[in-house]
Amino acid sequence: MPENDLSILQTQAESRIAVADSDALEELRVALLGKSGTLTAALKALGAMPPEERKARGAELNLVKSALTQALATRRAVLDAAALEARLAAERIDVTAPVRPEAAGAIHPISRTTEEIAAIFSAMGFSIKEGPDIENDWNNFSALNIAAHHPARAMMDTFYLQGGEVLRTHTSPVQIRTMLDWAKNHSTQADAQPIRIIVPGRTFRADHDATHSPMFHQTEGLVIGRGITLGHLKGCLIDFLRAFFDIPALPVRLRASYFPFTEPSMEVDIGWNRKTGELGGGTDWLEIGGSGMVHPNVLANCGIDPREFQGFAFGVGIERLTMLKHGIADLRLFYESDVRWLRHYGFAALSPAMLHEGI
Amino acid sequence: MKFTLSWLKTWLETDASLEDILTTLSAIGLEVEGVENRADTLAPFVIAQVIEALPHPNADRLRACRVDVGDGVERSVVCGAPNARTGLRVVFAPPGAFVPGSGITLKIGEIRGVKSEGMLTSFSELGLEGDGEGIIELPADAPVGARYAKWAGLDEPAIEIAVTPNRGDALSVRGVARDLAAAGLGMLKPFAPAPIAGSGASAVVWHNSFPEACPWVLGRTVRHVKNTESPDWLKQRLESVGLRPINTLADITNFFTHDLGRPLHVFDADKIAGGFLELRRGNGESFTGLHGKEVQAGAEDCIIADAAGAQSLAGIVGGEATGCDEATTSVFIECALFDRVRITQTGQRTGIVSDARQRFERGIDSQLMPQALDAATAMVIELCGGEASEISEAGARPDWSRTAKLRFARIRSFGGSDIGPDEAVASLERLGFGVRARDAASVTLAVPSWRNDVAQPPALDQADVPGAAQAAIGAAEIEPEVDLIEEVLRLKGMDAIPPVSLPVEGLIQAPIYTPKQARTALARRVLAARGLLEAVTFSFLDHETAALFGDAPESLRLANPIAADLDQMRPTALATLSLAAARNVARGFGDLGLFEIGPAYAADTSQALAAAGLRLGETPLSALAPARKFDALDAKADAIAVLGALGVPMEGVTTTPGGASFYHPGQCGTLRQGPKTILAAFGTLHPALCARLDLPLGAVAFEIFLDAIAEPKRRKKAAPVLPAFQPIRRDFAFLVSAGTPAETLLRAAKGAERNLITQVALFDRYQGKGVPEGQVSLAIAVTIQPVEKSFSETELDAISAKIVAEVGKKTGGVLRG
Repeated sequence: MPENDLSILQTQAESRIAVADSDALEELRVALLGKSGTLTAALKALGAMPPEERKARGAELNLVKSALTQALATRRAVLDAAALEARLAAERIDVTAPVRPEAAGAIHPISRTTEEIAAIFSAMGFSIKEGPDIENDWNNFSALNIAAHHPARAMMDTFYLQGGEVLRTHTSPVQIRTMLDWAKNHSTQADAQPIRIIVPGRTFRADHDATHSPMFHQTEGLVIGRGITLGHLKGCLIDFLRAFFDIPALPVRLRASYFPFTEPSMEVDIGWNRKTGELGGGTDWLEIGGSGMVHPNVLANCGIDPREFQGFAFGVGIERLTMLKHGIADLRLFYESDVRWLRHYGFAALSPAMLHEGI
Repeated sequence: MKFTLSWLKTWLETDASLEDILTTLSAIGLEVEGVENRADTLAPFVIAQVIEALPHPNADRLRACRVDVGDGVERSVVCGAPNARTGLRVVFAPPGAFVPGSGITLKIGEIRGVKSEGMLTSFSELGLEGDGEGIIELPADAPVGARYAKWAGLDEPAIEIAVTPNRGDALSVRGVARDLAAAGLGMLKPFAPAPIAGSGASAVVWHNSFPEACPWVLGRTVRHVKNTESPDWLKQRLESVGLRPINTLADITNFFTHDLGRPLHVFDADKIAGGFLELRRGNGESFTGLHGKEVQAGAEDCIIADAAGAQSLAGIVGGEATGCDEATTSVFIECALFDRVRITQTGQRTGIVSDARQRFERGIDSQLMPQALDAATAMVIELCGGEASEISEAGARPDWSRTAKLRFARIRSFGGSDIGPDEAVASLERLGFGVRARDAASVTLAVPSWRNDVAQPPALDQADVPGAAQAAIGAAEIEPEVDLIEEVLRLKGMDAIPPVSLPVEGLIQAPIYTPKQARTALARRVLAARGLLEAVTFSFLDHETAALFGDAPESLRLANPIAADLDQMRPTALATLSLAAARNVARGFGDLGLFEIGPAYAADTSQALAAAGLRLGETPLSALAPARKFDALDAKADAIAVLGALGVPMEGVTTTPGGASFYHPGQCGTLRQGPKTILAAFGTLHPALCARLDLPLGAVAFEIFLDAIAEPKRRKKAAPVLPAFQPIRRDFAFLVSAGTPAETLLRAAKGAERNLITQVALFDRYQGKGVPEGQVSLAIAVTIQPVEKSFSETELDAISAKIVAEVGKKTGGVLRG
């Protein structure tokens, strides 16, 4: 092959490479550099040349081969880039489309409030006690200083089962169960650990209208020990209510009242604005629960000597606290299980009530 | 209990403002329930005179009146009342006035061609008590043009308070005044009626055959009385607190009931047969009460009878036959002390509510009786004339005197208050307590006769526990003192007590949930995170629906359900949840998931805690995956997710086909740990149940029995094995008989090489062409994890052969060719 043929070959090959598509480029590569390609043949032919010619010819051939190899690679890169771009364009999806749906669950506001109450009282050293919904008369009434003829018993609107058991009208029977256990297990009451419990749970009264449900939830609190005073009752309730409503200066008022199982007895009020419903502001008062020093007769009924031990008890309605905290208007919808209401007022599954995260 | 400010001031000397009085009442335990001033609602109504009343030209039953309202402009008013007559003084409502009794706002109108520029009103139209026939007839001296409310004494606040069951003494205006005075709001005026010197024996005398019910009773006859309408002041006083004036004698008894908390009863002495009244047990006889209804009295009820039979249910309601009316000329006044408990029981038995019952139940002032009878007699003589007889008496003045001791230090160590001894004693004295003895540390006080709630012997109902005897002695000692501390704190106001935070041991509290409580909270979060909405449903429902979910035993039936559909305690929360789901379906929300963690009640009245859930309808619509119906395995997945999260070792949990009868028999199962412990149940609800409850077919449900779940072992985990070799997957398809449980096959494959096989997944179930009738092809992917070295093909083949052999042995399955 004459030497100017080499430059012609290179020029022609380069111009064809520059416009080749992917398949043509491969054909060109094979035609030039393949086993029986033009340049391969020319390189093979070197062996038959006289040594002085071979050296010069070989150098030229290598230059051409290197240039064409480079040209092929450059073109391949261009083609690959174009192909990738075309593929990516073809793979475009509609990212505005909705995701795969996942049904969102929720936790009922009553459960949420109960958890918040537990979180706050845990910080005050309380534990949680539970008791049965179906109670005997003594636990629900007699032990709590509510004798059979007591007018307070008529006020209670009690549900009875056909066997004579009562559906507990309050969570207070669990106070009795707790104190009895305590009295039984401490034959020497001198070294007894004090009682500090809360009792959230279902309660029942035969009353059904816009503001009363035949089943509702209460939390009872009971603190028994030495030197527990009405001042502690007040401090405990104020500490709880301010934490629960997250209003550090929430006004809390105790007002003399009467319950058979406490003496003195007090209603618990918080300050609010009746017109706007805003808690903590305004000049109005809203009743939120009952409280008092445990009646000496109640202690004595459970075998605890009121000369030695004294304490306080309180009860708050869980629905009422929930309605106030979240501005929920209708009590009946708590139990209706309307999925729209449950979604609206329900709480996220994965944010449990924890004091350090805020409640 | 209702009273007006002016009535209160007949007993309380005070300059306090209404606002102060209201605030103090609530603070000392007499909670103000409402304040109403009728001057506000009655402001537009004025006194007028009918100048002339003529028959309406176009209507027989109407009258056309010309009315003078005192402003010099004559009004034309059409009136339908038959008593609208010339010269009558009336109550006039001008156009624009809102008439509270009828709820309308007046406009100028024309009635059958005659102009009507206002209205002449009746008592009921004004929302007042009074005789309902026709328009109000005012006396001839009523000033024309004056505001009616002011003239009638209705222009002042009526205060309503809630009196707690322990405070019988506060069911009287005088009692309220005493409390306010003790709280520093003025001076209580004395009550000292002049003794009445009766003449002659009473025409009616007491016989007492039931002293347990009536320890003491007084009475006297007043002869030659004239019983007409009461004077205006008395009528107004009763009307102001919502009582209807009847006649003077009846009004006097109502007045004393409210003024002194001293219920009285008046008999028409001429209607009493035999000249005596006997207190005795009822014998089933009945009579008509003053409330117009039949009263029947049994052996535990105390009645007052004459020679003709029962005439009154003692302390609760009098009888019509012996009541006083305009014809009465001789009256017998009853003033009795009835046993609180018996009155309560009779009241509950008969269901009769009366002002007298309310006061006897809560306890009256036993020592006030002679004075109260004299005061009532004096008022009868003043208003009705007549002469009083001597007093007839049965029984004796009861011994009531009690003392209570207060150790001053206890005001702080129990009450948390820093009220000093002098202040404490002074406020108790203002309440009527008398100092018997006092030293530096304590005071002993006599309890006033009207405070039946203070220092009564403790009525204990003690459990049989060690220490009960000592505790009873303690209660007897402490209770009176607590009564006194309560009075001292109450009058000062609870606001004065400084709050003290409870002391805690250490800054960081131990967790307070029991393991079961913690598991319950976690189960709730797991289910909510799986897309289920937590519901809270009632513990009771109708017994027929309850029976669909198992048992509806009599032992769980309510004796007094509030509604027929709430008469049975639920056997499972699924029962009430299903009703809740059906309500949502009826509202058009049929694709849903609900759960509840709550009690299920057993026939022995015990209860167990379960997490129950329901899924209905289909998964949500999406372009990315077709919606599909929920099935029993979705419910199983919920149950497994909770069990796993609660730390149940799931490799030990087995599924048994079958379950409760409310499930589809072929689509339900039970999750067990070992042979005995049932952890959960799941399945498709029975189609018959769905049809009964209007639930869509195919609804699925689960129950997780939280009480059955053992506390997880708190062992530290061993270090995990993390081999460096890649796991290998081998797929197998087995032909097994169609009823073969997949779980058996999966367990067999896993068990073939327990230490090497980390996972066995069922990825295909096929029946049809190529699979013999009665058989099914189950395809599994087995993951083999080399631990110490890579496996050669020969070794893998050996493992595969073991798997095939083990599956064949446990299920009879063969590799599909």
